[in-house]
Amino acid sequence: MLRKTILHGVHEVLGAKTGAFAGYDMPLYYGLGVKKEHEWVRAHAGLFDVSHMGQIMVGGVDKNGHSAIDFFETITPSSFEDLEIDRTRYTVLTNEKGGIIDDLMVTRTGMNTFHCVINAGCKEKDIEWIKSHIPQDGDLEFTHFEDWALLALQGPEAVRVVREILDINLSDLPYMGLWVREDYQMFISRLGYTGEDGFEISVPNEAAVELWEKLMAHEEVEPIGLAARDSLRLEMGYCLYGHDIDDTTSPVEAGLAWVIGKENTGFIGADVVLEHMHHGVARKRVGVHLLGKGIAREGAPILDGQGLEIGTLTSGGYAPSLEAAIGQGYVLAEYAKPGTDIFVNVRKRKIAAKVSRMPFMDAHTKKG
Amino acid sequence: MAEFKYTKDHECVYVEGDIAFIGISKHARDALGDLVYIELPEIGKSVEKGAEVAVVESVKTAAEIYLPVDGVVVAVNEEMAEAFELVSSPVNEKGWIVKVKVADISALDELMNEAAYAEYLKEID
Repeated sequence: MLRKTILHGVHEVLGAKTGAFAGYDMPLYYGLGVKKEHEWVRAHAGLFDVSHMGQIMVGGVDKNGHSAIDFFETITPSSFEDLEIDRTRYTVLTNEKGGIIDDLMVTRTGMNTFHCVINAGCKEKDIEWIKSHIPQDGDLEFTHFEDWALLALQGPEAVRVVREILDINLSDLPYMGLWVREDYQMFISRLGYTGEDGFEISVPNEAAVELWEKLMAHEEVEPIGLAARDSLRLEMGYCLYGHDIDDTTSPVEAGLAWVIGKENTGFIGADVVLEHMHHGVARKRVGVHLLGKGIAREGAPILDGQGLEIGTLTSGGYAPSLEAAIGQGYVLAEYAKPGTDIFVNVRKRKIAAKVSRMPFMDAHTKKG
Repeated sequence: MAEFKYTKDHECVYVEGDIAFIGISKHARDALGDLVYIELPEIGKSVEKGAEVAVVESVKTAAEIYLPVDGVVVAVNEEMAEAFELVSSPVNEKGWIVKVKVADISALDELMNEAAYAEYLKEID
C-alpha cells in the first residue's frame, strides 16, 4: 500500500499522473507534460510537492558536553562549527566503510540545533542510524516532523510569487539562507533541486493545502511532477540517491569531496574517505554528454574508444534545456577528465559521447 | 475510414496489401508525452514476431516497438525522426514508424480492432 502526502487529493484534482516513488504515490507529471513542466520551471515558477521527504531535528547540549555540532561532525564529513545560524549546508551521512547512507540538507537553526531534510526512500534507515548514534548517556533531542509538509517553489519568478502571494519579501535572503515565521509555523529556505532560484517551504500538514492553493493561484505558477524534477536536477549534475550515490560509493568517488570539512577527521568512515581523498580513487562520478543520436539511461555501459567497458551510467535522459541527451555515471578514474572521448552502449549500439563538466548548464540560484 | 488494429503493447497497425504500417496508439502517445528520439531499424532487416523493431523515446522513458508478426522492414519514417509530432498523425498517413512486408498477413487478424482495444484500455486502466 503506497503512502500519500497531505497534498495527494490536490494532485488528483489537478489530474496528475501519479506513480510509486520511495513508497509514496507521487505526481510524476500534470497536464503540461514533462518537457513543458521542465521548461516552465526554467522560465517561470514551478510548484512541487516534496512532502514525502523526511524532516528531522537534532539539538541541544547535554550534561556530558555532547553538542549537536559534534554529533553532526561525527555522522557527516562536514564541519558545522563555522556554519552561520539560519544557513544550510549540503552533506552526506557516511557509514563505517565510507559509503553514503544518504545525502541531505542540514540547516543550523540555533547555536546547537540542526534541522535536516532527508530523502524519502532513506527516511527509516536514516532515522534508525541517527538515533543509534546519539550518545546514550546524554540528552540530545531527536524529533521527526512526520506531520509537516514540504513544498518547493522553483524558478526565476519564485521571489515575486512569494512576495505577491505570501506578502514576504525574500529578495535579499541569501542562497541556502533560512527565513522563519514568528510563530515557527513556516520555514522558508532559499534552495532547491533544480538549479533555479527558489524556495523550499515547510509548514504543518494542516496548512499545506491552503498554501499550495494560494501559490497555485498565481499566474506564474504551474504544478510540476517528479519526472521534470529529475530532468532539472540531471542538468545540474545533482545526485539522485540510490542511483548516482549509494552506500557503496564514497563521497570522493562521487565527486562530493567538497562537503568534507578540513578540520573534520573524526567522522564515521573517515579512514576510508580520507584515504580516498589523499591517495585517489579507482572510479569517479562524471557527467556524460552524448554527441551521437540517441538517449542513454541508467545502466547503460560506458566504453572507451576501443570498446573496453570503463563504467556504467547511473542516471541519464533527455535534457530539455540543453536539447541534448546527458547522463552521469562512474568511470575508471583515468577517463574522468572532462573532454575525454567515450561511448555509451545503448541496445548494442555505440553512441559517441564526451565526459562533461557538471553542472551541464549554469545554475541560476541566488548569488551570495 | 481507415481500419486500424492494435496490440496489447499499444502498437497501432494498418494493413495495405501485404504491407503492415506500424505506429503507436493515442494511448501510448499520451503515456509517453513529448518524443525526443526515435531509433529506426535498417531497411531490409528481418524481424521476428514479438521482437523489437524500433524504439521511441520521450523525456520520461524509452518504449520499444514490437512486431506483432514476422516481417521484413521495407520503409522507415525518417521524416518522423526529425519531426516527432508526426507520431500523432494517423498510422496510414504520416504516423507510421516502420512499414513491414509480411508473409502471412492473415496473422494480423488476431489483433484487436478499435472497439476491442477501447475495451482493453478500460480493463488495464
